Amino acid sequence: MSSDAIRVEHLAKQYRLGAMRSAFAYGSLRETVSDAAAAWWRRLSGGPPAAASASAGARRFIWALNDVTFSVSQGEVVGIIGRNGAGKSTLLKILSRITRPTRGVAEFHGRLGSLLEVGTGFHPELTGRDNIYLNGAILGMRRAEIQRKFDDIVDFSGVSAFIDTPVKRYSSGMYVRLAFAVAAHLDPEILVVDEVLAVGDAAFQKQCLGKMQEVSRSGRTVLFVSHNMPAVTRLCSRAILLADGSVVEDGTPEQVVTTYLTSALGTTARREWAPDDPSIPGNDWVRVRSVRVVDERCETIESVDVRQRVGIEIVFDVRRRELPIVPGIVLTNEQGTAVFSAMDTSPRWREACQPGCYRSTAWIPGNLLNEGSVVASVALGTFTPGGKTIRQAAVNDAVVFQVIDPGEGGTARGDYAGPWSAPVRPLLEWSLRQGEPS
Amino acid sequence: MSLPLPVTRVTPPSGLARLELAELVEYRELIAFLIWRDIKVRYKQTTLGVLWAWLQPILTMIVFTVVFGRLARLPSDGLPYPIFTLAALLPWQLFSSAVTGSANSLVGSGSLITKVYFPRLIVPLSAVLATLVDFAVSFVVLIALMAYYHIAPTAAVIYLPLFILLALAASFAAGLWCSALNVRYRDVQYVLPFVMQVWLFASPVGYSASLVTSPVARIAFGLNPMTGVIQGFRWSLLGAAPPGWLILPSVAIVGVLLVSGLLFFKRMEQSFADVI
Repeated sequence: MSSDAIRVEHLAKQYRLGAMRSAFAYGSLRETVSDAAAAWWRRLSGGPPAAASASAGARRFIWALNDVTFSVSQGEVVGIIGRNGAGKSTLLKILSRITRPTRGVAEFHGRLGSLLEVGTGFHPELTGRDNIYLNGAILGMRRAEIQRKFDDIVDFSGVSAFIDTPVKRYSSGMYVRLAFAVAAHLDPEILVVDEVLAVGDAAFQKQCLGKMQEVSRSGRTVLFVSHNMPAVTRLCSRAILLADGSVVEDGTPEQVVTTYLTSALGTTARREWAPDDPSIPGNDWVRVRSVRVVDERCETIESVDVRQRVGIEIVFDVRRRELPIVPGIVLTNEQGTAVFSAMDTSPRWREACQPGCYRSTAWIPGNLLNEGSVVASVALGTFTPGGKTIRQAAVNDAVVFQVIDPGEGGTARGDYAGPWSAPVRPLLEWSLRQGEPS
Repeated sequence: MSLPLPVTRVTPPSGLARLELAELVEYRELIAFLIWRDIKVRYKQTTLGVLWAWLQPILTMIVFTVVFGRLARLPSDGLPYPIFTLAALLPWQLFSSAVTGSANSLVGSGSLITKVYFPRLIVPLSAVLATLVDFAVSFVVLIALMAYYHIAPTAAVIYLPLFILLALAASFAAGLWCSALNVRYRDVQYVLPFVMQVWLFASPVGYSASLVTSPVARIAFGLNPMTGVIQGFRWSLLGAAPPGWLILPSVAIVGVLLVSGLLFFKRMEQSFADVI
């Protein structure tokens, strides 16, 4: 045996369409007696499920997972990313033994604790105290173990004042905190986390991230499924990208997150158009040749250290000497929130441009953007004397890049490791005076 | 380098499911917690609480006494009719609520089953065991009534636990089949109340088993495990005629249903989370 904590080989899971979360989740006897008989025969005779799809005619099947193979070493923190429906949840459900694969094998060493949905088995009528015991037992803790950890769990949850109140009287925040507190004290060798960071207030999210870091530092293995790309790049040592039930990429978080965003947004750090491309952005006056994300040396980059400045380069042709052309950019983050827009205010753009090729680069200073992915749209416009703007050429969501905080200091993050909302994160100058107010 | 940790393998469903009964022992605390939850919640949400465990058999006993005892004047093996029927109602209600409870248990725990792993057998098992508490509470009524009629249990009372066990085994067997089927076909939960009603009248709860005399009918009668259980209750507590050979087909059929139910359940279990 190797030191692999988790080994997944050729894992595949087939669902019958409509068999999941729909009105047809269970049939009536009348509808399904014949199907069931066929299914019995199929199972008894050991035929493949595909044979059933042929016999059942209109029934359709989907592969939620299709030939997934990977292994995770002990102590690794692996992010699993992918769009909804890519197979992340199915993978976790198989690893948590909730459902069985159709093919392949998953194998792991030691206790696997999953935070698929915290609060599983909480009963609203029971008190917080009762639910800690009940939930702990459901998650696989021994009574003695729960007793030993009880005070820690209550402290961690911060609901000690209400511990003897039925949880139906809890706010949703309190409920989740208590539930997470129980799950977080499971102390498994392998921890599987699915999007719990999406719940709770900022302070609690910080606590959760802290707990995850603590778990990973203690040499345990963590599988972290999230849509929160900054959290994946910050917490994980490796990431796996799933798409349509298969592993698309397996590598460093930065690299995999970039691939994911690139495929998800259909955008890369570099876009170019051939001169005869009919979709080339522009008109009779201007045409965009390329848009790139560049570093100081004008090399194309897909990710940038938050402390470094990054450039958005637009290469364009001016075809007629008639109009003044002003280049501008609009940045949005991965949630689609506008970060800012900017244009070149240099006086040279007041005059009509000489025909020819221009290379305009907008430099975004370091320590301004927040972590995460940033999408840049570019435009070339003309201002009319009446205050209107004529867009001569525009490329929406032209390029994308990652802003990464390597955690070496010198950023607005300081010593704080938790989530950081808002599109920008400038490093401000703070002044301080001590003494009596005057 | 190898890890000294237990290895878990998750594999596709296989043709022959293993029973993995050892796992139930490992999870015994969860069984206890689920029983405790069921009881606590049940008594917390009702105003009369524990009183229901008394009222239910008493009220049914009154109805049966009036209908079968007074109006139909059915023979009661020489015993006062109220105690004659109550001694049958208690095991019947244990059986009936255990079957109904366990049949609906898996569907009722759907959110648990789709989110966390534990041996699924625990769900119907704890539902069956939870009914024992109600049974113990309502047993007090029977003891009070025995004192009222000055009926002392015979030495055969030492066999009473065996009859309780038979009732539990019968309801667990039925619960295994029904709960697993109910996951796939919700028809079960609509059919079941009707079946239980018929079953009640097919069992000697309101009448004496001695009324059934034809040999063929007696064999069919003996196939109903509750016949043996009820006769055993009347025999060991009230000194009525012993169940005799009729108990053997009862035990045999419970054994067959239980083993086949376990196999069927383990078979169906592999797809519970996908279908529920």
